[in-house]
This record gives sequence, structure tokens and C-alpha cells, in this order.
Amino acid sequence: MPLIELKDITKAYTLGESRRVDVLRGVSIDVEKGEFIAIMGPSGSGKSTLLNIIGCLDRPSSGIYLFEGVLVSEKSDEELASIRNGKIGFVFQSFNLIHKFSAMKNVELPLVYAGVRESQRRETAARLLEKVGLSGRAGHKPPELSGGEQQRVAIARALANNPAIILADEPTGNLDSKSGAEVMDIFLSLHRQGATVVMVTHEPRLAEMAGRIIHIRDGEVA
Amino acid sequence: MDALEVFNSAKDSLVSNRLRSTLTVLGIIIGVAAVILLVSLGEGARAYIKRQLGDLGSNILIIVPGKTAKEGGMHMGTSTVRKLRMSDAALIEKRARYVEHAVPIIIGTSWIKRGNKSRDTYVVGVTGPYFEVRNLKMAAGRAISDADVAAARRVCVLGRTVKRAIIGPYGPLGDSVTIGNARFRPIGEMAPKGVALGFDIDDVVFIPVTSAVELFDTDWLFNITVKVTSEDKVPIVKREIRKLLMKRHAGKEDFTILSQDEMISVMSRILRIMTAVLSGIAAISLVVGGIGIMNIMLVSVSERTREIGIRKAVGATNRDILVQFLAESVALSLAGGLAGVAVGVAIGLGFSYFTSALPVKIAWWSVGLAFFFSAAVGVFFGVYPAAKAAAFDPIIALRHE
Ligand SMILES: Nc1ncnc2c1ncn2[C@@H]1O[C@H](COP(=O)(O)OP(=O)(O)OP(=O)(O)O)[C@@H](O)[C@H]1O
Ligand SMILES: [Mg+2]
Repeated sequence: MPLIELKDITKAYTLGESRRVDVLRGVSIDVEKGEFIAIMGPSGSGKSTLLNIIGCLDRPSSGIYLFEGVLVSEKSDEELASIRNGKIGFVFQSFNLIHKFSAMKNVELPLVYAGVRESQRRETAARLLEKVGLSGRAGHKPPELSGGEQQRVAIARALANNPAIILADEPTGNLDSKSGAEVMDIFLSLHRQGATVVMVTHEPRLAEMAGRIIHIRDGEVA
Repeated sequence: MDALEVFNSAKDSLVSNRLRSTLTVLGIIIGVAAVILLVSLGEGARAYIKRQLGDLGSNILIIVPGKTAKEGGMHMGTSTVRKLRMSDAALIEKRARYVEHAVPIIIGTSWIKRGNKSRDTYVVGVTGPYFEVRNLKMAAGRAISDADVAAARRVCVLGRTVKRAIIGPYGPLGDSVTIGNARFRPIGEMAPKGVALGFDIDDVVFIPVTSAVELFDTDWLFNITVKVTSEDKVPIVKREIRKLLMKRHAGKEDFTILSQDEMISVMSRILRIMTAVLSGIAAISLVVGGIGIMNIMLVSVSERTREIGIRKAVGATNRDILVQFLAESVALSLAGGLAGVAVGVAIGLGFSYFTSALPVKIAWWSVGLAFFFSAAVGVFFGVYPAAKAAAFDPIIALRHE
């Protein structure tokens, strides 16, 4: 059984009276456990939309989405929140860290919603920050960190609840090539340790390091 | 998310915006403090009136002319009702059982002068027993006697305020003052009774009731003050006086008999209503404060849209977000409530410590009530912003700048 099965997923937005935008037009993809997939495609082709649907941040307009064999489309908002919390680690292009919190507290956040005790949270967050090479930065707030460091904090946060899959939407898009390479190294090493990773990227050089590349064009798998 | 985490997060958020939080809860602080103060003032006034009226003698019945509604403590003599006369008082004293004294009272206002000093004051015509009945003590000289009344002597007893105004605090009483157009001999000075709720009890001159009849050219009484021998006889005396007077007044009940207790309870009720109305008005400030909280919470929700998106992306449920923002608004209003309680109680205690003009008695139930209401305000006005935050679409929230 694949970790993720998408069958004929569509996503349409209605703008105003009758104008309809079909962002995804029948996407079918399987993701096996332990895969490292790169998604590529022109701007506006629907990559982020697809990733958001996989990440349970968004719902498809139609189609079937099975996560670990379970139908996601039937789930309530609360159940989706619980999947996001426990099964999915999201990494965004613009980091999406909470600026008033320290790196430590940012990494702890998914653990807070998982109901983990504070002492336990501290321990886990410290271990994850060490894993991404930021032990010395635990007390820093995001604005005091470089872009690469912020993205590594975000990766640590994504790993907090030991998710079944890591979804990364252009994680290196806002980084210089050196920090980008560092971030990519982390994903590769996570993959080597068995993690499933789906990463959207515009850089063919990075995409080639993945096990499989899926091209999206005009809302369809090309 | 556990309760401790919710509490800490609310606290951090409010503390990091200290000035804004303070300004926001000002309305709550003022509202809570005002409610506590007003209720305490009302309670203080009630206790004060009870004490003051208690001081003015016990087991007293007051008969006023005119039939009044039982609730109203006031009596307005109109020309159609038959007035009470001196003879009514005499009859009561002679014929009613268990009556120690029945004092006819005539009250008017008049100028009282000595030399070039004068004062417009209350002139009260009484008989000798009045001072004993009303528990009034002399500071100097003597009170009005039965002989003074019998002979309609032009003698007077001065309240302290009047004495100070026309003679001065230390001067001797002398042998003549002018009241209206007549000359009176001051024979005594009252021991001070003080100011009761703005009314100066010492701003008064007593003269024999018979002299008052001449001075004001009337024998219509303001009231008849009856001293009953003991408390348990009050109802009997009341019945008996009613029978006596009705017989005399051709079967018509054109008078009202009030007991001291009834008067206390009437005034107490009026004060309680006034207190409720005033503190209700003060409570409007709580609502205004609540609107302030709602406003600032809406601002906060929109400022933190992205934070909400992030929290949802990492697994916060709608309920988690709702609880988080609700906790903030409740924490705000509770902090305001606490500060309001502190301010209200401090001012109340300060009043009762530094001045006796305003009787203040901290009503602790009002403290609890105000505090409870401020919490309710936080919930009530926090629900809408919190629900708005909880309903954010995570993707749109994450895109928010
Ligand atoms: N809420 C929305 N309402 C209407 N149209 C939307 C909405 N969200 C996305 N779209 C449209 O969907 C299309 C796909 O957007 P998406 O963000 O998935 O593209 P993308 O492939 O990630 O592009 P990029 O490489 O620039 O990130 C775009 O044309 C966008 O305008
Ligand atoms: Mg995109």
C-alpha cells in the first residue's frame, strides 16, 4: 500500500459570478513510503496547490485522496488538524516561523498541540535543533537568524512529531546557493534515514538528487 | 493544548503589549471600580441612616396629616384633608394606652437674627418631652419645659449651626434674638448631632409649640411624634391611635401613622433602588470596556493572521485557536476586573478613613459580582474575535503578510 494515493484530484476556484479557475485538473499520484520526490513545473501550474492538498491544509474539489489507506476527503477539519500535527511535516519557502518565539519554542509548537509535556518538548526540540546543526541558536528568535538558519529551524519543527511525510514547498527558494545546499543536504540525509520527502523546486540541479521527478503543467501531471 | 500552555500564551501576549493591554482594560477598571464604589456608598448610606434614625429615639410613631400611599414616606398636606391639631395630640396623650408622650410639632422656616448676624433656618415648635423622646442632649443651658409651653413663652433652644452663625462658637447665649418679628430669649444650646446625608440636623431652632402657633399663625401640626412605652406595644398603640383619631375626624382616615421602623425600611428601600440604578449605569462602563476589548482583539487577530496560519499548519485545531484568543480576552478583562477591584476598594477604604461626610461600607458581595461580570464581559466580547480567528482558512492565513 502506498503511503499516499491521489486519484483524479481536481481543484477549482470560482472567482466572482461565473469565472472559474481550474488549478488542478485530475492529478493522480502515488507516493511510496521512503520515496524522495521532486515536483517541478512552471509558475502557476498548481504545484503549491497540490502540495497543500497532500498536506491536508487544503481540500480538493473532487477526486480521491487516501493517506495510509484512509480516505481523507471525508475527514472533519479537526481530524485534518490532527493529521497535520502528527503525520505531516511542512516546510515553506518563506519559513513561516513565529517571530516572537525563540527557535526552541517554534520547534516545540507541534508538540504543544500534540499534548506533549513541557519537559519532554524541550528535550525533543533540543535534539532536533542539534540534528539540523543549530544547538547554539535555540534561544534566538527568527529575526536574529540567517535565512538558512531559519529554514533549518523550520525543518526541525517539521520533524517534531516524527511525521510520516515531509512536504517542502520550494524550501530553497529564498536562500542563497550555499544555504540552499545545506538545506538540501538535510533533506537527503533524512531521506537516507528512511524519511518520505516530497519537495517542490524550480532548480533542476536539486530535483535531480531526488529519486523521482513529477512534472506538473497546467494542473496536470505532464 | 493544555490549560497551563493556554494561560502562559495569553499572559505572554498581553505582557508583550503592556501599554495596549492597559489602555484596553481601562474601561473595565473604571466600570468595576465605579460599581464597587457606588454599591459601597449606597450600603454605607443605608447603614448610616439606620444608625442615625436609631439615635433619634426608639419606639416612636409619627402621625402625619393626609393619607399617603403606604410606600411613600412623604406626606403632602392638601387643603382637602383635615389637618392635625394640638387637640389631637392632647387626646392621644390622654386617652391612648401605652403612650409615654405625644408631642405636637409645628415646623416653619424663618430668619433668626441677633445684632447684624442672621440666618434662615428651621424653626421647630415642640413640647418639653420632645428632647427626651428624640434623645437630644443639651450642650449648655436648659431645654424647653412644660411651663414654657403652657405659658407660650418666647424662649428658644439653638442648634449648633445656628448658634455659630448668629452668636459665634464661644459667645454666651445672651438674652435676646429675633425670630420672624418676635423677640425670643435663648435658653439653651443643643449638643451637636452632625450632618446626615447632606442635611444639617444642627441647623435648627426649637421653641415652645404654643409660641410656634403664634409665630406662624397656625395650629396645623407638621406631625405628632408619639413615644410608645415599649417596642411590643407599638402595633397596639398604632391601632388605638387610629381608632381615636378616626372617631374625632368624622370617621375619615385622613392621617398616616408611620413607625420609625417603617420609615427606616422605606428609606432603606429607596436607597437600595438608587444604588441599583446608579451601579447599573456604572456597569455600562463595563460594556464599553468590553467593546474596547473586542476591538483590540479584532486588531490582534488580524495582526496575527499569519501566526494563526502557522499554528494551524502545525496542527492547531479550530478549537485550539478559539480557546487561545478567548483566553486572551478573558485574561484582559480579568486583569481589568482585578485592578478595578483594587482601585474601587482602595478609594472606598480611603473615603471611610479620611472623611465621615460620605459613609462608605465596602460591600464584599459587590466585589465578587463586579469581578464575575468582568470575566463574563471578557467571554462575551471575546467570542466573536476568537471565533473569527478560529475560522481562518490556513492557506489564506499563511499567505497573509
Ligand atoms: N485562492 C485562490 N483563488 C483563486 N485562484 C487561486 C487561489 N489560489 C491559487 N490560485 C491560482 O492557482 C494557480 C496555481 O497556484 P499555485 O500556487 O499552486 O502555483 P505554483 O505552481 O505553486 O506556482 P509557483 O511556482 O509560482 O509557486 C495560480 O494561477 C493561482 O493564481
Ligand atoms: Mg508555489
